[in-house]
Amino acid sequence: MNFFVDNLPYILAGISVGGQYALIAIGYTMVYGILRLINFAHGDMFMMAGLVMVYLAADLPMQIAIPVVIVFTVVLGCMIEKVAYKPLRSAPRMSIMISAIGVSYLLQNAALYLTGGLAKTYPAIPWLAKTVEIFGAHTKMVTIVTPILTLVLVIGLVLLIKFTKIGMAMRAVSRDFETSQLMGIDINRVITVTFIIGSFLAAVGSVLYFTNYTAVLPTSGSMPGLKAFVAAVFGGIGSIPGAVIGAFIIGICENIIKGLGWTTFSNAFTFVLLIIILMVKPTGLFGEKNIDKV
Amino acid sequence: MKKTVAVVLALLMVFTLFAGCGGKDDGGDYAGTIKIGVFEPASGDNGAGGKQETLGVQYANYETPTVEINGEVYKVELVTADNESDPSKGITAAEQLASSGVSIVLGTYGSAVAIAAGPTFDSKGIPAIGITCTNPQVTEAANYFRICFLDPFQGTVLANYAYENGMRKAYCLSKMGDDYSVGLVNYFSEAFKKLGGSVVEEQFEQGNSDFAAYVANAKKNGCDVFFSPVSTEAAALIINQADAQKLGMPILASDTWDSNVITGAAKGTGLDIIVTTFYQEGGSPEFDKGIKEWIEGDKTNLENNGGNTELAAVTAMGYDAYYVALEAIKKAGSADPGEILKVLPSVTYEGVCGKVVFKDSGDADRSEAVVKKCNTEEGTWEYLGTQTVQ
Amino acid sequence: MNKEISISKKQKTILSLFTCLVFLALVYVGDMLTPPTSSWGMLFTVLEKGSIYALVAVSMNLLNGFTGLFSLGQAGFMLIGGYTYAIFSIPAASRDSVYQYFDGGLIKFSIPEIFSNALGGVLGELGYSLGEFIGMFVPMIMAGLITAGLAFLIGIPVLRLKSDYLAIATLGFAEILRAFFQWKALGPITNGSNILRSFSTYSSPLFPIIISGLCIGFIVLLINSSYGRAFKAIRDDEIAAEAMGVNLFKHKQWSFVISSFFAGIGGALLAMFSSSITTTPFTSNLTYEILLIVVIGGIGSVTGSILGSFLFVACSEWWLRGLDSGAFLGLSFGFMRPGFRKVVFAVVIMIIVLFYSKGIMGTREFSWEGFLTFLKNLPGRLINFFKAFPKRLADFFRTLPAKIAGLPARMKNSLKKLKTNTKHGKEAR
Repeated sequence: MNFFVDNLPYILAGISVGGQYALIAIGYTMVYGILRLINFAHGDMFMMAGLVMVYLAADLPMQIAIPVVIVFTVVLGCMIEKVAYKPLRSAPRMSIMISAIGVSYLLQNAALYLTGGLAKTYPAIPWLAKTVEIFGAHTKMVTIVTPILTLVLVIGLVLLIKFTKIGMAMRAVSRDFETSQLMGIDINRVITVTFIIGSFLAAVGSVLYFTNYTAVLPTSGSMPGLKAFVAAVFGGIGSIPGAVIGAFIIGICENIIKGLGWTTFSNAFTFVLLIIILMVKPTGLFGEKNIDKV
Repeated sequence: MKKTVAVVLALLMVFTLFAGCGGKDDGGDYAGTIKIGVFEPASGDNGAGGKQETLGVQYANYETPTVEINGEVYKVELVTADNESDPSKGITAAEQLASSGVSIVLGTYGSAVAIAAGPTFDSKGIPAIGITCTNPQVTEAANYFRICFLDPFQGTVLANYAYENGMRKAYCLSKMGDDYSVGLVNYFSEAFKKLGGSVVEEQFEQGNSDFAAYVANAKKNGCDVFFSPVSTEAAALIINQADAQKLGMPILASDTWDSNVITGAAKGTGLDIIVTTFYQEGGSPEFDKGIKEWIEGDKTNLENNGGNTELAAVTAMGYDAYYVALEAIKKAGSADPGEILKVLPSVTYEGVCGKVVFKDSGDADRSEAVVKKCNTEEGTWEYLGTQTVQ
Repeated sequence: MNKEISISKKQKTILSLFTCLVFLALVYVGDMLTPPTSSWGMLFTVLEKGSIYALVAVSMNLLNGFTGLFSLGQAGFMLIGGYTYAIFSIPAASRDSVYQYFDGGLIKFSIPEIFSNALGGVLGELGYSLGEFIGMFVPMIMAGLITAGLAFLIGIPVLRLKSDYLAIATLGFAEILRAFFQWKALGPITNGSNILRSFSTYSSPLFPIIISGLCIGFIVLLINSSYGRAFKAIRDDEIAAEAMGVNLFKHKQWSFVISSFFAGIGGALLAMFSSSITTTPFTSNLTYEILLIVVIGGIGSVTGSILGSFLFVACSEWWLRGLDSGAFLGLSFGFMRPGFRKVVFAVVIMIIVLFYSKGIMGTREFSWEGFLTFLKNLPGRLINFFKAFPKRLADFFRTLPAKIAGLPARMKNSLKKLKTNTKHGKEAR
């Protein structure tokens, strides 16, 4: 029991950050599943959502600011897809990845210009930022809300993919791009929907993440983005439950490692995990076999 | 179509070549222009601090835009170059300043960049005055002087303060790859252990924003004080987590925390935050009033100061540094960097942050630090006293 | 109209050598004559940094452009190279102050110093500086070798991965390396988080230019050898290459190791350029910058990478700085505040990536024939251009109203075209 109480703060922090990684990781895993593209700009989009929230909350009440942020992120996500990825759809895979890196570079520099390089303080959302006490450990409300909200959203998403027509189309496209095209599936529509879902979840994730860690910097998105991608690979790219479980594992491990005093290697650990999983089981925990058809 | 775009782009590039050259004179009755380089970060980890320091220099320039040499009035022009808080980018920024013909350079916030740029200023023969770079290694470059105190001093002061106030176990958190915080933690723990205290040291990675585990570690280890002399970006996050987890011990920090970013983050938290620094608002009412009006009068300045007129000590230091530079130019009687360099060691100046006298090493002779406490109800700093080393 | 010029191989060699010598002499004389505070000082800084970036960009191009391995580990390899060089060339006397938190560090000698003392004892004053100069090459080559050795080890697991997995794994390795170099337990060697400085550096911009030039020359020779042909075969079609008897793994490993060797040397040069080194600049952003240079120059063109580096460094460090300070080409707007330069830059890069995906050179290389042909035809082209200019201008203004009126329809058309193109575009994934 004593061990549990001692380590509760780390586990709580891990679960909460894991949930936030999960919401980002879904965006990665879905886009990768369909386009075979590591959307390097996804983490920066997450940062942009945080930044826009900072500016909006200065003038608007929370009830309006949050939906506007979500809409903005969705529009931004679709715009990036239309401008930077769609024209390159028939280009080699490397070009589209370079384009993604370019977008990431652009978003970071735009944020740098807007903020003037200064950290912006994220507005406190009254209910979420409240401090609560669980078993003697103090934490923010958002820590408890995150895993619950994550699970609800993921279940909703899985149902959507399993039981709706667009969901079926998405599964088909991720299984075989060309054949599904021949079967009359509107690829562009499927991709747009994928980006809408991914951006929506990233926006929700950004609200939760930045409520917990209240500074928004131009580079705030890159590390969580990379970690979320690792989570997606860990869980098996293309698999949504896999990404979620991977994200929780990474979040919790990272915090326990910090708790053990190995703070130097908390980021490096994520990448060690990535390399190990790529060596041992490249398809990840729940990945489909032969996902990589080169 | 493609060709046109390419031609236009190429033309743009060529024209920019000339943009850098050719300084403008505004046609006033001046005998000439003297350029002072402002070598500060406007982006990167130290962007916020660098901007506040630059504000001090700019205000001083606004207050005294001319200098008299041998009976002739010269206009003083500030040339700024963003070193992006990055040692390798800092080199080119320093080159940029040198090539624009500055007589003397002021800056920079963040010791690592100052250490890296030192040899560049040496090779160009341009003197530099460090404003708040406290790492001892900065002045190892021959041309680097500085007007602030040093880390060994500050570390010892903080350790003394902690020990005198009954704290025996310190949790020290520094940032990996950051000379400033790592060095200061080192000096603090050395001094603190010598006094009989014990220390738990940890580091966080660049770009980290999850401080939950660190705050939990401090609590788990049963420490009496949380010492974290890191940049303001991380500081705001630490304060936030400390509040969420009810840290229950005082937070001790250094001059970087003396900023309205901290008071803003700490407002309404009830945390106990104590810092050592260079200047306390109210030290020179005239300066306070003037600069506050100036900051308020310009939207960009207000933004650079973090949205309000709460003064940071680095701003006051920047203000002093500008006048030290003017003193040196007057004393040299010339805008030639070599001449200024010759007289700089003998320059003295009574600034708002105290008297500046250079020692042989190029460091300023300072023997006390201001201790401040954060008033978390109003979000302001309160003067606690000064602390010296016995 | 376009007349081809052909010259013999011997003539080409003479021409190349002559140009190189003239260029080096110009840099040398220019550097001598330029006072340290002149506004032309920036030119030499850009030449130095540009040549270092060129070496790293070419080494990345060898991997990404010529072998088709999408690796993002360049920053990590530069880090190893820079640190290796720095660690072995800090003079013994300075070690106490550099390693101030680690009691002077574990390594107590400096290789340039050993050479300097050895030669100085024999030759006197000249020997000391000559010795230091020769001694600088040893840690530099060590930097390359150690980086290559580590790359060899990393390559064993990583190179079995395919495209984007390889990218993310190499990126991960770079991050792990950075954490290791900052680790306090390794402090006596790497100085932990603290800056390494006061090691031997070069004094003339000729040094990085010549070293980079030699290294790039070596890479060009390699690309033109049978190894290079095997690399390109792997890039174009792995399965076909394997069928033709190219040992895939062996060649990928070679390409990876050689590229890392030169990235290590590039890192050592960068450390000399900054006259200090910390881990902070070697983040994934540095890799992205190098990658973007390769893209600007053209993936698969050495000439392109070199041109791209100089252009990138000159724009980001010199020409476009005016955009930040609010005075650019005599223009001044309120929105020109710090950071604007980078936004403009990023937009230009995106335009290149999207619309000029071949970059400056595509996969072409510089050749004397092409260059001379271009020069020979240039006057004629210019004359024609200016002759036709008034007429063109008049034409342009004459048709302008009609063009503007037709714009909406044209946009609609091109959108339609884009749609059908992407719909029926061949999937080359």
